[in-house]
Amino acid sequence: MVTESRPTEGRAVGLRDTAEPGRAAPPPRTRSGSRALRHTYSSLFYLPAGVIYTVIFVVPTVMSFYFAFTRWTLFDAKFTGLDNFRQFFSEQALRSGLWHTVVYAVVTSGLKVVLGMLLAVLLTSSIRVRGVLRSLVFFPVLVSTVAVGITFSVLLAPDTGLVDTVLGWVGISGPDWIGNPNTALISVALVDVWKGVGLATVIYIAGVLSIPQDYYEAVDVDGGGAWQKFRNVTLPLSRPATFTVILLSFIGGLRSFDLIWTMTKGGPGFSSDVIASVIYKEYQAGFFGLATAGNVILFILVTVIVYPLFRYFNSREVDL
Amino acid sequence: MRGARRLGLEVAAVAVALVLFVIPFVFMLLTAVKTVDQSLDLTFSWPTSWPIVQNLKDVFSARDYMLVTAFKNSIILTVVSVAVIVVLCAMVGFVIQRRPGPLANVANLLVLSGLIIPPAIVPTIWVLQNLGLFKTLPGLILVEIAFGMSFSVLLFRAFVAAIPRELDEAAIIDGASAFTLFFRVIFPLLRPVTITVILTQSVFIFNDFVNPLYFLPGDENATVQLTLFNFQSQFSTQYNLLFMDIVLVTIPPLILFIFFNRKIVSGLTAGAVKG
Repeated sequence: MVTESRPTEGRAVGLRDTAEPGRAAPPPRTRSGSRALRHTYSSLFYLPAGVIYTVIFVVPTVMSFYFAFTRWTLFDAKFTGLDNFRQFFSEQALRSGLWHTVVYAVVTSGLKVVLGMLLAVLLTSSIRVRGVLRSLVFFPVLVSTVAVGITFSVLLAPDTGLVDTVLGWVGISGPDWIGNPNTALISVALVDVWKGVGLATVIYIAGVLSIPQDYYEAVDVDGGGAWQKFRNVTLPLSRPATFTVILLSFIGGLRSFDLIWTMTKGGPGFSSDVIASVIYKEYQAGFFGLATAGNVILFILVTVIVYPLFRYFNSREVDL
Repeated sequence: MRGARRLGLEVAAVAVALVLFVIPFVFMLLTAVKTVDQSLDLTFSWPTSWPIVQNLKDVFSARDYMLVTAFKNSIILTVVSVAVIVVLCAMVGFVIQRRPGPLANVANLLVLSGLIIPPAIVPTIWVLQNLGLFKTLPGLILVEIAFGMSFSVLLFRAFVAAIPRELDEAAIIDGASAFTLFFRVIFPLLRPVTITVILTQSVFIFNDFVNPLYFLPGDENATVQLTLFNFQSQFSTQYNLLFMDIVLVTIPPLILFIFFNRKIVSGLTAGAVKG
């Protein structure tokens, strides 16, 4: 049960890598060469995956931009212009969902970056039990979100819950974590961090292990200490890992639904509603057009936040 | 002196990790084996008696053996989806890497979109409805396949890049067709990444809650994650059974974790390091 991930295993894939330079020489440009290429690497290989992906993912995504402007029963759709969006932004409950989504994503990804980095530094140091610790921190990533949600809503119960009991020992009267409108959203976000920080940590560990030892030796030669090593070597050189962690946790945080739904159902009131839970509620109530408008808003929000991040990270990548 | 401080730090780190990352699991286990009465107060305490077998029986027989059906559904869902994902995505990963061009660019863009864009839920239901697949297991399988593709294609594409093209050429000169080349020569070489894809996708799909909730609602068709959610309301007075269900649902990922931890981690961290 040792979480050992060597840099060689961290292949260069993932979000930050779109156009990939093939290892081999560029394909021949001659006429007959490209025909041979067409033959050997047949486009037919795309076909089965392409059909499923188009029907189940592309078509619904494209159609959502039509259905979002309709009053819709699944069987017939009546065009109503911007009505759904007007309603979305005029109802306080729906509008606050938008804001909560951003808060949730920022809090979870911020904490995952900071804690993931710290844990990775600790777990790549010469500490003896690091294998066990890595496993412990990582395991929640693989546990079902619903299971985690139910368990923590019990642990966070007011007064009698384990968390408040322990706080009581040191004289702190803990809040009603998920029952109080002021703390509900943040409490769920903290549980999300508990479950997800292991992924951030192993990503950082892969990043830290890929830093050549020479850099640390250079700091030694210059007489620098542990802090200099962290500040001047580890921190800047694990930037690709930071980018990956931020992107992944933002994408996950903005569309997060299961944990919120199992812990608070968006409540109390609407205090922990996010766009994804609003979509589900509107869907259940039969407002399909409105639910789809919520989907389009989420789409726009994700694109507006993630796409610039993505471009920025890719441009920074070059001068590393 | 330094050694003592160091040891102190290590002990503290282990203690904090134990408290934060082990206690919640111990709590699950303890609550799962308590009697109904004792589980009701939801405190962290030692069970007064251990009706383990009885609780297991009760949780499986609840609601007309819903959990048995759910495990069956979840296993079919996971196995079929993952099998299809592996074959189709390996094929895409192969051509997308080997043959750059306009088509590959479009495919790359679609792969990327799949990672970023949140799926449009109700329009997907509309499509499935029109295909007659809404509220059916095959419909949900298609959804899991489509949503799992992007990540898997990325893993395969990166691995294909490390297989020399000379191999393709040699096979073609020997008279292999495009399909023999892929299925007889390339696909067997993709074994390591295939295992990684199988592991990561199995965990994702087995643990998936949102898609079954939307696309396969209803008790008779539940997946294991939905039983947790349904039991949460039904067993509001029988926490021992609810937590027994949680423990049962946690066992499959635990087994994969024990045997394949490294593989899973390497799959999930791919991309963290600049190649």
